[in-house]
Amino acid sequence: MKIPYYPGCTLNTFAKSFDESARDAASAIGFEMAELKQWNCCGATFPLTPDNLIALSAPAKVLSNAGKEGDTLTTLCSVCYNVLKRTNKVLRDNREKRATINGFIEEEYDGSVNVLHFLEVLRDKVGFDKVKAAVKRPLAGIKTGAYYGCMLLRPFEDMGIDNAERPTVFENLLKALGAEPVEFPNRIECCGAHLAMNNEEVVTKLSGNVMTSAVGSGAELIVTSCPLCQYNLEKSQDKVVSSTPGYTGVPVIYFTQALGLALGQPIESLGFEKNVTDVMPLLKKKGIV
Amino acid sequence: MPRIGVFVCQCGNNIAATVDTKKVAEEMKKLPGVVYTCDYKFMCSSPGQDMLRQAIKENKLDGLIVSACSPHMHEKTFRKAAEAAGLNPYQCEITNIREQCSWVHHDTTKAVGTVKSIDLTRMTIERLKKNRPLKKIKIPVKKRALVIGGGIAGIQAALDIADGGREVILVEKEPSIGGNMARLSETFPTMDCSQCILTPKMVEAELNENITLLTYSEVEKVDGYIGNFTVQIKRKSKFVDEERCTGCGECIEKCPFKTESAFELGLAKRKVIYTPFPQSVPNVPVIDAPNCPKIQKDKCGACAIVCGPKCIDFKMEDKIVTEEVGAIVVATGYQLMPNERFGEYGYGRIKDVISGMQFERLASSSGPTGGEIRRPSDGKVPQNVVFIQCVGSRDEKKGVSYCSKVCCMYTAKHTMLYKHKVHDGQSYVFYMDIRSGGKRYEEFVRKAIEHDDAMYLRGRVSRVYEKDGKVIVQGADTLSGSQVEIEADMVVLATAIVSREGADTLAQKLGIGYDKYKFYNEYHPKLRPVETVTAGIFLAGTCMGPMDIPESVAQGSAAASKVLALFSADEMAREPITAGVNKTTCNACWDCVTACPYSAIERESVKDRQGNIVKWLARVNEGVCQGCGVCVAACRSKSVDLRGYTDEQVFAAINSF
Repeated sequence: MKIPYYPGCTLNTFAKSFDESARDAASAIGFEMAELKQWNCCGATFPLTPDNLIALSAPAKVLSNAGKEGDTLTTLCSVCYNVLKRTNKVLRDNREKRATINGFIEEEYDGSVNVLHFLEVLRDKVGFDKVKAAVKRPLAGIKTGAYYGCMLLRPFEDMGIDNAERPTVFENLLKALGAEPVEFPNRIECCGAHLAMNNEEVVTKLSGNVMTSAVGSGAELIVTSCPLCQYNLEKSQDKVVSSTPGYTGVPVIYFTQALGLALGQPIESLGFEKNVTDVMPLLKKKGIV
Repeated sequence: MPRIGVFVCQCGNNIAATVDTKKVAEEMKKLPGVVYTCDYKFMCSSPGQDMLRQAIKENKLDGLIVSACSPHMHEKTFRKAAEAAGLNPYQCEITNIREQCSWVHHDTTKAVGTVKSIDLTRMTIERLKKNRPLKKIKIPVKKRALVIGGGIAGIQAALDIADGGREVILVEKEPSIGGNMARLSETFPTMDCSQCILTPKMVEAELNENITLLTYSEVEKVDGYIGNFTVQIKRKSKFVDEERCTGCGECIEKCPFKTESAFELGLAKRKVIYTPFPQSVPNVPVIDAPNCPKIQKDKCGACAIVCGPKCIDFKMEDKIVTEEVGAIVVATGYQLMPNERFGEYGYGRIKDVISGMQFERLASSSGPTGGEIRRPSDGKVPQNVVFIQCVGSRDEKKGVSYCSKVCCMYTAKHTMLYKHKVHDGQSYVFYMDIRSGGKRYEEFVRKAIEHDDAMYLRGRVSRVYEKDGKVIVQGADTLSGSQVEIEADMVVLATAIVSREGADTLAQKLGIGYDKYKFYNEYHPKLRPVETVTAGIFLAGTCMGPMDIPESVAQGSAAASKVLALFSADEMAREPITAGVNKTTCNACWDCVTACPYSAIERESVKDRQGNIVKWLARVNEGVCQGCGVCVAACRSKSVDLRGYTDEQVFAAINSF
């Protein structure tokens, strides 16, 4: 199986380990993430004004390129996923806007590509039982909090990957990997997102809430599905540790790193050294490495 | 040659400001068949009507036109005046030169208005020339009523009709009448106990000899029309003989099996043979067949053994009874929106998140905790209770767009009940707006805040989750602009009021309209609030939309008064504006039958002398026909015509333009 893949800018630069661990994991399971021959930035935000069509032209271009390579497109970054999926819906359902955007980007795209998050590919195309069968290094005994953030699930009518208030897809994957998923209250709250640019205080508070809430519920590890969540959580770690009595920090890794780990990929290929928090002591403690 | 009179009204300045009424009258005089015209300041006034009557007599008029306001305003007035002068009332026609002419043209030179009034009046004259005298339709009326739904609105309607000396059949789906009101603890704003004011009415309904109670029953089929409905009612098997049962309760006592009590909303269990609550009317238990081992597997049968009068019959079957009634009152009530839809509040997942109705049961002295406020998870008395309002209401995205109207009041009541029972407890209320319109309602809410220390926070709750035995509520206080987190012991959701499940199917059986939320439509929201567009079917209570007890009771009485008015004469007269079928041209294609929104058209067979069917025809039931004219438009062979609005009349009017 070969699935057209859109890495997005962050995974191509800053979050390389997210990208590489996913590709390796895919080939370990037995399918290929085929990077689009030509792609550009998705725009990184879905415009909230209904007539801001220019903001849809970049993701429309990506989708149109994907349409030339197949009927599905997978992506890893929650923000890219959110922007692409919502833009695709506009292009599919709104004939007028489709005509305007197509005219502008000089393409004939009709919204027919099925935009899938990598999690959806694992769940619906591969199947978690098949993932489970491929596990060589089960993450047994690691209490893991799956952090969804907001972009992956909301708005529910557009995303539809899972129940927006009580999602299970992430936990089910973790179960397949042998880990012990921990449902924590803040798992679908915002990390502070782009406020990292101009209001770090808010980010520290929100990301701090996420991490302390996870640890409070017993999590020893947090997995993320979004480079921005990952960045914010890692960046806030030290400040939260110094301002929260009793909190000593928690390793935060991409879910694809956890996946690669469980699939038995060589540790050095997973890019743990690029993470701010060190996951190795935990893995050693649990006897996984 | 007809002898037509034209009366042009000035309506003070309403018409005269932009229409030269004198000129209209003069112009009309020139038309053939018009023998008398005049204009006058107020045609609808007494002198105006006198003038009209006199003119009819003096000029021997056989038809008249009043060019004035909309026929909705004074058509009846002028037709009555014409009738008093000896004319057939349907020989009087109205031209609307006010709403559709003078009010919409602002040309004070009167040029436009006058020309248009002349045109409009001329059209009506030509139409009138083709009029035929019509007679009111008389329909016999069966003076018995059916009330569907035994909640407070239905009980009130049944009692009032019965007190008016008419027979009533009160149909209730549940084993007991009482409805949702029987679940409530105290009622706002007087804080009198709900059951204490309801149960006397329930007993009255049972004892009133004009009322036949059919509990555990549902309406299956409705045929007929105003004054003459035939209703089939399914009497679900109770497995207990109602006539012989003494209500001793021995069977309930001895029944060894328990199941979830629907009446207690999951807060308690009940026996498999049960009455929903102690004051049930009638006090006859029913067997919950799907949960009864005797009925399912022929095991047990303890109830039948202990029953003194031997009234338990495990073989009893559902029965259909047919009743003939002249009027129907629909009072089927409401239900609450399923809370599970709101994942963020944790309902169904966190035990101590309950609905407002469940809180009523906790506060009720006959409830599962005997009136003590104890939380469902561990039975502890909660020290902090958070009330969340507008759960589903005013939330177009996830719920309904309307306001459920009673939640502001009952939440205030809940905080008071809670404070009265748990003196050191603290209640918090998350609200959007406090809507307390009603007699002594605002004062009631102020009392909750000022005397009973309810902490009102204006804002929404974003998430509710469990932590160390507490229910953590995260929300916003938009007045202080801050985020709030409350460690609560219990959370109460004021869930939206929605229409009953199956409201649409019942409406289809009855042929009445409903809105997109499946609440029933009234004929006119202001002036005919308890009538439906289907004559003879009336509405009361929350089947029309959210309302409180006083409103429901008022509507029950209002519907009853409509029924009694209908029953006051042996026959009822109806406007003769109905459709009629030309039997010689009808080719029985049944397009009209499909098109008719009131099911007023029937298939009629024509037989020869030997009794063989030789032909089929459409026949309009004049009792049901509302004169909408849809069948006229649908008929391909032009065999249907609407009396008072025949094709001939309409074309005559158009051709004269």
